Amino acid sequence: MTVSAETKRSGATESAKTVTITVNGRSVEARQGEMLLTALKRAGIRVPTLCHLENLFPSGACRMCVVEVDGFANLVPSCACPVTEGMSVKTHSPRALRARKTILELVLANHPDDCLYCVRNDNCELRALAAELGVRQRRYVGERRQQKEDLSSPALVRDPEKCILCGKCVRVCEEVQGVGAINFVGRGSATRIAVAFDEGINLSSCIYCGQCIMVCPTGALREQSHIKEVMDALKNPEKFVVVQHAPSVSVTIGEEFGLKPGADVEGLLVAALRELGFDRVFDTAFAADLTVMEEASELVHRIKTGGKLPMMTSCSPGWIKYVEEFYPDFIENLSTCKSPQQMLGAIIKNYFAEKQNIAPEKIFSVAVMPCTAKKFECGRMEMLHEGIPDVDAVLTTRELVRVLRMRGMDFKSLTPQVADTPFGDRSTAGKLFGATGGVMEAAVRTAHYLLTGTDLPDLKVEAVRGMTGVKQARLHIEGKDIGIAVVSGLGNASRLLDEIRAGRNDLHFIEVMTCPGGCIAGGGQPHSTNLNAVKERMQALYRIDREGTIRTAHGNPAIKRIYQEFLGEPLSEKSHHLLHTHYHKRDVLV
Amino acid sequence: MTDVETTQEKTTVVDRILTEYPQGKRDALIPILQEVQAQQGYLSREAIVKIGKHLGLAASKIYGVATFYNQFRFQPLGKFHIQVCRGTACHVKNSTAVLDTLRRELKIEPGETTRDGLFSLEVVACVGACGLAPVICVNGEFYASMTPAKTRRLIEEIRERAEEHGN
Repeated sequence: MTVSAETKRSGATESAKTVTITVNGRSVEARQGEMLLTALKRAGIRVPTLCHLENLFPSGACRMCVVEVDGFANLVPSCACPVTEGMSVKTHSPRALRARKTILELVLANHPDDCLYCVRNDNCELRALAAELGVRQRRYVGERRQQKEDLSSPALVRDPEKCILCGKCVRVCEEVQGVGAINFVGRGSATRIAVAFDEGINLSSCIYCGQCIMVCPTGALREQSHIKEVMDALKNPEKFVVVQHAPSVSVTIGEEFGLKPGADVEGLLVAALRELGFDRVFDTAFAADLTVMEEASELVHRIKTGGKLPMMTSCSPGWIKYVEEFYPDFIENLSTCKSPQQMLGAIIKNYFAEKQNIAPEKIFSVAVMPCTAKKFECGRMEMLHEGIPDVDAVLTTRELVRVLRMRGMDFKSLTPQVADTPFGDRSTAGKLFGATGGVMEAAVRTAHYLLTGTDLPDLKVEAVRGMTGVKQARLHIEGKDIGIAVVSGLGNASRLLDEIRAGRNDLHFIEVMTCPGGCIAGGGQPHSTNLNAVKERMQALYRIDREGTIRTAHGNPAIKRIYQEFLGEPLSEKSHHLLHTHYHKRDVLV
Repeated sequence: MTDVETTQEKTTVVDRILTEYPQGKRDALIPILQEVQAQQGYLSREAIVKIGKHLGLAASKIYGVATFYNQFRFQPLGKFHIQVCRGTACHVKNSTAVLDTLRRELKIEPGETTRDGLFSLEVVACVGACGLAPVICVNGEFYASMTPAKTRRLIEEIRERAEEHGN
């Protein structure tokens, strides 16, 4: 096979020209055209902000980043001020500090002070900033608007009283994900973030990706917690409680216990889950291997029989809901494969239950996911099997961290353990599912094997790796020319779908992950997630793959066994019954 | 007339208005909203979703823009549309009490319509009749020097009148 990459680099191109500015009396190099805040950050000078989103156009909403600039009578918001040659800036002058403190006190004037009970109490940006600026009393008391929590959705909760109207959720929803489920509503002191017609989130076009939670500086947005359900099941002697953990969780969760970003703590994670009392600990990456077998076979089948192309991946539940709402004409293009979470759920409650002689309704199946949309996915009607859900509860990485802290677990000092058989054995291809391009890479490895009967000489598919939002390549396998694209962030997906609607027809297979960068940057990940941490997590997955011994789904002995013992072959009747599904057009307020 | 028929009729009105504006031309949003409201008396959900599809805007965005301005409403007008002046002179003469009375009596907030469709309430800035402060206006007719007691009597009278005419 040969691969010709045509990687598109997205994002604005900044000129390489540098300018010199003076910051607090010292000389700082900046790139021409960039915003002052960006230059300051690179120079290691921290100016606080509550509304800034990297790589998006500045909104200048919060005014926390105001600085003194020589020649300007007023303070200037550094996020929206382009650097110019010779500019002289004071970032922490008494005047700037006083202005910031006053602005923050005004923001706090109508903010609830029940921090003790807030889900964000240990990582609230507002609270941290108040401490940093030395706010020690409530100087202004504003009228508090009583607003109810929006508990309507299966994945997210909105607590509008804690909202400071920074607008980051609105922008990430519209500009990054292309959804626009929420917006500023009303005017002046009555302004609020709301769904159209002040409806519940469940009636909106929200895809439950949780990227709004990731950018929210306060406790105004959080996941719909499943902690209680899981704890109840764990203490119920009647229940057989199993857990699966997603590929991206083991390369993330260590950060919350003081390890460096990118540390892989798979063994510790398994040990911790067992310590919590789960009867079996399985690896979702095993089901990712299963997904690869089914999906690669489906792709080969579609190519050989003239089926609907380009085929699109179906692992990311936010993306699925997005297609159902905004691009229902592409539903046929979606792979019929369930996501790995749902595949493993179905296998556990059928194959495993049968083998272990446990009634499926006695099994409580938990998934630890980097994702809030998985909470929605596990409750979908398509994911019930004779009235029993494949997966009963989903804990985000964040929630698992809370549970481990609650149990006082000294995570780092645990002794690493290995997951349970038969669904603990995975290939490294399944592990790659955690990052953008990973599903594609794993599928290409297996599709090559299915088409040629041999493995790729070098299993690494460089063209689909990395953080870039849109990656495209052409594969040449046995005279077949296959066009592939890998997209993360639904704004990018939307642009690609528009191209296909307009007649583009050179693509055969498209991987879409809802969150920019993939599951390693998912909406259920720790709040400390930043671009650097995401890159490290990605490298950790690549390292695991490089050092692994079983690097293809079809080479995983556990996968071979389940086909021999239970499923028969990919796309068999049993596979279709348990591992595949279909989706429908969805009417919402869009 | 059933609900279905109403919806269909409204839809055609919105469709007709939209044909006058090119697709995706977002700066036409406010004129479109004004025209739809002028023809239908309010902005229905169906209308907003339809306008969104035409202009390529999310419903939440249109709702956001429309709620920014006082002129747009999201429920049909009542048979009796009550406008309460909240200008400076009326405020000084305690129009707050008049508005609160109306809220309590009608059990609706400004911008809403009672379930029986009899009353709708709106808050307006100065109507230019400061000499009559506090003033309210019912279907274009002014009522001067209002007090909570006078407001309650007026509502009662309108209700009785409406009942006599078989609502």
